[in-house]
Amino acid sequence: MSSAKEVTDATFEADVLNSDMPIMVDFWAEWCGPCRAVSPILDKIAEENADKLKIVKLNVDDNPATAEKYGITSIPAMYVFRGGEVVKRVIGAKPKPALEADLAEFLA
Amino acid sequence: MRQIVIIGSGPAGYTAAIYAARANLQPLVIASSVEFGGELMKTTEVENFPGFPDGIMGPDLMMKMQAQAERFGAEIVYDDVLKVELSGDVKKIHLGDGSVEEALTVIYATGSEYRKLGLEDETRLSGYGVSWCATCDGAFFKQKRVAVIGGGDSALEEATFLTRFADKVYLVHRRDAFRASAAMQDRAFADPKIEVLWNQEVAHVYGDEKVTGIGIVSTDDGAETTLDVQGMFVAIGSDPRTHLIHGQLDLTDAGTIAVDGRSSRTNIAGVFAAGDVVDPTYKQAITAAGSGTVAALDAEHYLADLPAYLLAQAVGVPA
Repeated sequence: MSSAKEVTDATFEADVLNSDMPIMVDFWAEWCGPCRAVSPILDKIAEENADKLKIVKLNVDDNPATAEKYGITSIPAMYVFRGGEVVKRVIGAKPKPALEADLAEFLA
Repeated sequence: MRQIVIIGSGPAGYTAAIYAARANLQPLVIASSVEFGGELMKTTEVENFPGFPDGIMGPDLMMKMQAQAERFGAEIVYDDVLKVELSGDVKKIHLGDGSVEEALTVIYATGSEYRKLGLEDETRLSGYGVSWCATCDGAFFKQKRVAVIGGGDSALEEATFLTRFADKVYLVHRRDAFRASAAMQDRAFADPKIEVLWNQEVAHVYGDEKVTGIGIVSTDDGAETTLDVQGMFVAIGSDPRTHLIHGQLDLTDAGTIAVDGRSSRTNIAGVFAAGDVVDPTYKQAITAAGSGTVAALDAEHYLADLPAYLLAQAVGVPA
């Protein structure tokens, strides 16, 4: 079970768009095997970079409006938001070093 | 040091692990950090694996294989192999976390990876309408129009699966007949949402931010047609995953790892290969599992002939 906070269509604005810190949303679903695979890796990255990057999860089945709004067509999709804007998109489960490289600018 | 390290965690890797574990060899399985379980983790119902008359979900089958290997003492590591040094009596396997595993034998069962069409826009729009996994991404195409490219079992399975969501599924194939099994073909032909487009190759993927259509060209007369689709699922086969062993293990003309006859023995003593990475033809879960068995037994025989001083250095060998 992931330790990341769940955000929803209802809380997206408050939790993500109005976040003070850069925040990464992990768009996922129960039936998505690669999502389950990447989830513990994201937990680890969040734990190691707690002061730099927040990581939350959004279940695309329960929150179709937000998934649709950001044009998600493949999961896991990991979008970093800063000041309410998408500033980075990472798609697909990747090993930890590859994800860290993709997110380098937010983890430095 | 281990007696046996297995690289890969699909049907070949886990079956080798079951046999090696039951032989008290305490195998270590390097399962990969995100692709553990192999290709079956991305499938839905598996209907042709013996012993499951009602079918079984691919991920469930892999979890059962893993549990069976662990029950007999196999150890699983969720990390990726960065480099292998296979020559000599002691093989070295470098992992993503910086550690190095040593082993007297290695079973190489890394499987295969999806083939791409090779179009520039295919890569650019990957994840934005271009997909290699219908079970992962299909649900985002509710009431949309999609194309599946290919003519084998996986293409037809993906096309049939996508009809659960999409309004229309084009099945684009460059030949005039499918390689897929008769059962899969019957299902696809009977589906009113699936339209088969024969003798067509993909030439373009259109779209700035996401896929808005694809351009297909007739192999008969070169005529180009644009399909109004929001998704393209590529299922044109797979290639053996051999990049780590180039220059160490001999390959066949088909690009698979060369093995000696019906055995799993590669050109390097103590290194065995199994599953899709040695199989250019059949590529089934059950043939991979059988091949994993062969590799475990070959490794066991090899270990039995090793001098005592080498064996004494490995985990699980009685003094």
